[in-house]
This record gives sequence, C-alpha cells and structure tokens, in this order.
Amino acid sequence: MGKQIPIKEDLFTWPSAAPQLIGGRCPECSEFHFPLQQNCPSCAGRKVDSVELSRRGKLWTWTIQNFVPPVPPYTGEVKSFKPFGVGYIELPEGVVVESRLTVSDASKLHIGMDMELVLEPFRIDEQGNEIISFAFAPIATY
Amino acid sequence: MATTNSNDIAIIGVGLYPFGRHHDVSAIQMGVVAANKAMDDAGLGWRDIQVGYVGSLSVMMPETMTKFLGYTGVPISKMFNGCATGGNLLLNTANAIRAGRADIGICIGLDKHPKGAFSAGESMDSTGLPQWYGEVGLTVNPQFFAMKIQRYMHEYGISPATLTRTAVKAFQNGELNPAAWRRSALSADEIDSSQMVCDPLRKYHFCSPSDGAAAAIVCRADIAHRFSGTPIFLRAGEFVTRQYGSIDVQATSFSARATIGASEAAARAAFESAGIGPEDIDIVQCQDTEVGHEIMHLAEIGLCKHGEQEALIADGATSLSGRLPTNTDGGLLANGEPIGASGLRQVHEIVRQLRGVAGPHQVQRELKTGLTHVYGFPGSSCVTILSK
Ligand SMILES: [Zn+2]
Repeated sequence: MGKQIPIKEDLFTWPSAAPQLIGGRCPECSEFHFPLQQNCPSCAGRKVDSVELSRRGKLWTWTIQNFVPPVPPYTGEVKSFKPFGVGYIELPEGVVVESRLTVSDASKLHIGMDMELVLEPFRIDEQGNEIISFAFAPIATY
Repeated sequence: MATTNSNDIAIIGVGLYPFGRHHDVSAIQMGVVAANKAMDDAGLGWRDIQVGYVGSLSVMMPETMTKFLGYTGVPISKMFNGCATGGNLLLNTANAIRAGRADIGICIGLDKHPKGAFSAGESMDSTGLPQWYGEVGLTVNPQFFAMKIQRYMHEYGISPATLTRTAVKAFQNGELNPAAWRRSALSADEIDSSQMVCDPLRKYHFCSPSDGAAAAIVCRADIAHRFSGTPIFLRAGEFVTRQYGSIDVQATSFSARATIGASEAAARAAFESAGIGPEDIDIVQCQDTEVGHEIMHLAEIGLCKHGEQEALIADGATSLSGRLPTNTDGGLLANGEPIGASGLRQVHEIVRQLRGVAGPHQVQRELKTGLTHVYGFPGSSCVTILSK
C-alpha cells in the first residue's frame, strides 16, 4: 500500500490539517515571494526569511486549462485528462501566488472571491504512492 | 540606460523569408534568404557587412549562415531573448555601430518550431522555474495570456467582442498581405465558435508557432546616401526586463504593490530617448501572441488609455484605415511566430509602410513615424521607434 508524499519538500507545511504555502519575506523591503528562494526578487537583497503564508486570499484572476499541458514536464493524467482551473490568489501579505484551482467550471469562478489553500492528490507514482500537491478552493461564504 | 537619442542610425534594407510552415527548408536557409533580400534592398553585399547579430531558438549557432553568405571574417554574435529577440538584435547592431566597431551591420532572426504550445522540455532547469511547477501543468504560456486579459477585462471593461474584433482585423490584414501565412479572413462567428483554449481565449484568438526569417541592414546615418535603399531612421530603442510588481509569463508570484510592466517601461524610455510622444506614432506593430495582448499592449505602450480600447477597436481605430493602424501585416495571428525572427518582421513591416511600398495592405495616408514592440518570457520587452 502506497503512502502520501508531497510533490516537493518544504513547498507547503506537511503534514498539516490547515496547510500553508512556504514562501519568503525580505527583511529589507518587506516583500513576500513564493516559493521560497535565497534572494529577494523585488529589491535584489540576498537575505530572506522563510515564512508560512496565509491560507486564505482572494482570486485575482483565473482561467481553465482545457488541453493537456506539454508532456514532459507535465506528469498528470493524459488519457483521462480533465480540464483544471488555474489562478492567481492575492494573499493578505501583499503577494499574489499562482496555483491550480479545485474548480474547473468557469461559471463558479469570479475575480475577488474568497479562496483557501487545500492539499490534494495530484497523481499516483510507480510505487503506488499518492503525490500530494496544493490548490486553492473557493470558500463557501454563505 | 538610454541607447539612442538621435538620427545617427539608419535602416537601409529589410528582407523577409515569409513566415509559415516550410518543411523542406532549414532555418539557416531561410535566414540566408532573408539576409540576401535585405542586402539587395539596401543595395550592398555581404562583403560590406562589418558586424552582425543573429537570433534563434531552434538554431544553436546561427553564425553558421556565414557558410552560405561568405567567410569574410565578420563577427556574428548570437542573442536570444525569447519573443523579445528581434528588437534587441536591431538595438545591438545599432550599438555596435555607435561604439565605432562598424559602419554597416546586419541583424537576422531565424527560427523553425514544431506545432503546438511551446514546452520547457523534461527539465525545467533552463527556465529558472521549479520542476513541480512544470509537473502540475502550470508551465503553459496560454494560461498566462488568458489570466492577464481576464483580469484586464474585469478591471477596464473590455468585452469578449473586442477580443474577437481584434482577431477579425488580424486575419483581414493577413488576407491582403501576400507574405502572410494565414491568407483567409475569418468571421466573428467562426472565431467565437472555435475551441476554447484557456478562458476567455479561443483557438482563433491565438497565433501558432511557425517557421521563417527576417533581416535588416543598419548603417551610420551619414553614409546611408551611398546606398540605394531608402533610409528609415532608428529614433530610439530600449530593451528591459521586468520588475516584481507586474503579472508576467510564468511567474510563480508577484507583488500586489503594482509596478509598471516591462512593455510600459521600455516604451516610456524609448519615447523619452526619441524626444517624441505616443501622439506622434502613426503606425504600430506590437506583440500579439494572442488578441488580449494586442489590446493591453496598446495601452501599456502609451498609445491609448487603459479601457479606451473598447471604443477604439469598435470604431476601427486599429484597422488599416483607422487612426492607429496596428499589426498591419496581420501580426502574429496571421504570420505565426518563429520566435527569433518575429521582432524583425515587425521592423520589416514598419520600414516598408513608412517607405510606402508595403503592398496591398499599405496604409493609404502619409506615415512618418512607427513603433515596434515585442514582449516575452520571463517578462522582457523591446520597443523601437522608427521615422522617415
Ligand atoms: Zn527585498
């Protein structure tokens, strides 16, 4: 029986009931980025602090990926490909992050809606392990 | 930072290997044909060329063209800046002349691509992006095009009809242009019923990768009279890369504290360096990988206000007979995109339009000044301003 493995170490908090993306914050200019890198993409500072980013944010823009992305590098399902949502989510830290969305129905997505980070199985590897990745899901507001 | 500010550089010849699908012709062969056409147009030969810059994604060392042009010992350097390559080739050729290294130079873009969306390949290493990003299917350029226009439509009230009008115009221009790849006009219905690629963009809102080459001959303006090609002057050219506060192609994150994008930065610098304003531009070729970017780039370059495109395009302002003829040769939509060559196709078109010899798609009024603009991964842009 396979186990669950994150698609990349230190990309998000794992394991976690309330997952968060792991990004960077620049002590010089206070700008955030994702994923964590060793320099600040904004002010070119060469020292950044690792931070856990807010789980919730607002949908800044979105689209639906209606065709199979080029393989490689795409490792997701090809034969039974289902369109998936992609978006940018504006987090309270003042950073906008790109992510897959759990929703792929255009009528259910609108700019400004509240979104929350979730972890979900992306694919099964050769050993039968579930590869876990992140996505943002709409929050039911009423 | 400014690279130009006077009329010291002239373009005296342009050449094109028409873009399209050319299965039996190599990119190098196309580059050689475009170079020879540009030299014929200028009225000079390969032995007159003292410096060259060449751009290609698909050809590792395009300086091997010298085998078919002549082993004259001329220094030919390769540059590649994604979709922004062409403009930067022109700038660097001009700068080599300004630096006193040469009086006459050539720039050549050449490329040949497989069908379909561009892929990073197995390893993401050459993109600077993480492997997981490619694995989960985020390294797909149409997603970016779609998401940027989606936000823009929301913010500035651009309608889907404006997207389609822009595509209709592109294919109309392509129908007129003998050198275009797509030579059939498409109706709004045909475009609107084409397959949805990435919402809100449909198949006929996009360009396709294609094959082709383009070249330009550049010289010191004070010696341009020695050659038969009618000179067009390079008034300004600027190449920039992005800042952190703009949405750009394949960005894992960006700052919500908005900064201007690369296209706007390049255009502002070019206008400042040329000492003219957007109101002086009579014709424009801008990066139209898909219709959304033609619409947004017009405002980012400063040629209209954000949101104004809705009314302008409905009034036909960007058509051949409009106030601001845009992508008059059919642009990327009707020509496709051989990446390394695309920017010099724009230069080819502006030069020929300013000379009044573009052909059936010639703008039927006096044109004095034109602008070219390219934009590409990872957020870089080049703007040039050309005048009679
Ligand atoms: Zn910083």
